[in-house]
Amino acid sequence: MNNAKNGIISLLIVMISLLFLSPIYIMIVNSFKTRAELYENVLSLPGSFSFEYYTAAIKKMNFFVALGNSLYVTTATVIFVIVLASMMAWMLVRRDNVWSKIIFFLFVATMLIPFQTLMMPLMQVMDWIRTYLHLPMLNTHGGLIFMNIGFHAGIAVFLYHGFIKSIPVALEEAAVLDGCNTFGVFWRIIFPLLKSISVTVAILDVIASWNDYLLPSLVLSEKGLRTIQLSTFYFFGEFTIVWNQAMAGLTLTIVPIIIFYSIAQKYIIKGIAAGAVK
Amino acid sequence: MPNKKIWYFIFTMPLFLIFCIVVLVPFLIGIYYSFVNWDGISSNPKVFVGFDNYTALLQDKRFLASAWNTIKFTLFALFSVNLLGLVFALIVTSGFKTSNLVRTLLFMPNLIGGLILGYIWRFIFTDGFKQIGEITGGDSIFFNWLIDPNFALIALVVVFTWQMAGYTMVIYIAGIQGISEEVMEAAKVDGANIWHRMTKIVFPLLMPSFTICLFLTLSGAFKIYDVNLSLTNGGPIHHTELFAMNVFNEIFGYGNYGLGQAKAILFFVIIALVTITQVVITKRREVQM
Repeated sequence: MNNAKNGIISLLIVMISLLFLSPIYIMIVNSFKTRAELYENVLSLPGSFSFEYYTAAIKKMNFFVALGNSLYVTTATVIFVIVLASMMAWMLVRRDNVWSKIIFFLFVATMLIPFQTLMMPLMQVMDWIRTYLHLPMLNTHGGLIFMNIGFHAGIAVFLYHGFIKSIPVALEEAAVLDGCNTFGVFWRIIFPLLKSISVTVAILDVIASWNDYLLPSLVLSEKGLRTIQLSTFYFFGEFTIVWNQAMAGLTLTIVPIIIFYSIAQKYIIKGIAAGAVK
Repeated sequence: MPNKKIWYFIFTMPLFLIFCIVVLVPFLIGIYYSFVNWDGISSNPKVFVGFDNYTALLQDKRFLASAWNTIKFTLFALFSVNLLGLVFALIVTSGFKTSNLVRTLLFMPNLIGGLILGYIWRFIFTDGFKQIGEITGGDSIFFNWLIDPNFALIALVVVFTWQMAGYTMVIYIAGIQGISEEVMEAAKVDGANIWHRMTKIVFPLLMPSFTICLFLTLSGAFKIYDVNLSLTNGGPIHHTELFAMNVFNEIFGYGNYGLGQAKAILFFVIIALVTITQVVITKRREVQM
């Protein structure tokens, strides 16, 4: 293939992929249009750029509170999942006894259970914990994070398990001879070696936790606790839809995702492929 | 050595406990709930009814309709997501200068949550399509798709495809890049044309990727809820109420906790059976180099 031909086709496929993303274009241009403009032509560029629909949407969605809530829940979930799942997976690989086999089987097998099968009994269990143990599992971020950890545990342990199997035991034995205890061996020797798979787990968890709607909708009822997904849902539910404002609101919800994607793009695509293929 | 046991306990117990409380216990209690009649109010009694809930759901017309719609949706989605994902992957791996940029752009919709995607497309299918129809005069195709039962289901397929095509693309790319250059070169030298190279070499060697992608789209399509909620909310009337939404509405909408949970258990059994069958079938067709 000669250079000129390659260049033309290269340009052509970029244009096709931009066309594929046209819904995002439609969302952005209409977030700036007046009602009249919007109903005249959905596809045209806006006549003027005013951010008034954005300020209205920010207010109605309580956007920055929701953003903070989402960031908090997602970050805490990811940190707990990485710490707890890597610790567990290491033990399961290194002490390959009956218990390890049973635990690993349970974690992997339950990955097939859809959330809808668990949601109602889960809410009952959380209600009992609240009533009898007086732990605030419902309508708190802590409760949501707790449940997120449980749901993300299966895939995380599975990925760590596969990765740790390829790390030679000799490294650990040397550290034990040097007087390291089990805790030290794990955190000083093993955990640093898990960096690449930890990035994969983190990325899968960030996406799953950030975009989750159903679980937070069941757990959180207080307005001030809403995540981005919840505030978007109530934004569309409470008012008759004013489309230019709605588009401004949706654009706002996508900004954090675009920032995350542009920073970690390489890792995200690699992580997604690794997470799926394993 | 007791010390060893204590370390084992410390490392595995926290996550195992959380997992039991969040996944295992609810799953087991859920099976019990599917055999009782209960309205969800804790002071009201749970009456054991045996298999009544399971026989009742087989006579629930709306449930059967939603199951049938889910099957239709899943079949369409399976086809369109994988076809588009594969085409994208073949384009990206053809060695053009802009391949990386194209891959980045095509994958992007997958990062946006289903709820938000559904709302963006709701605008496009309602006002966007109506306008295009008025301007071009092609209003037999371009009208508000969400008010027609059949087109609304297709609209769900379109949005799901838009979301998932980039995801399967990434997996197919990994598969294609795993095929050795030498094999392809050798086939070229032997005079195999592009069609033969595709059907005789690329596709058979891609079987592991097909296994994964079909599994992911199959389970993803079957479990779809967010897009369903934000795009059509089951409408018009109940024509696009898919499986997961029917389960949710039965439990939390109508307060039939027992019947709803029986549906939820059946939902799990079907997903498990279908996906395991699919993996076994496609695995059998994987070839070794």
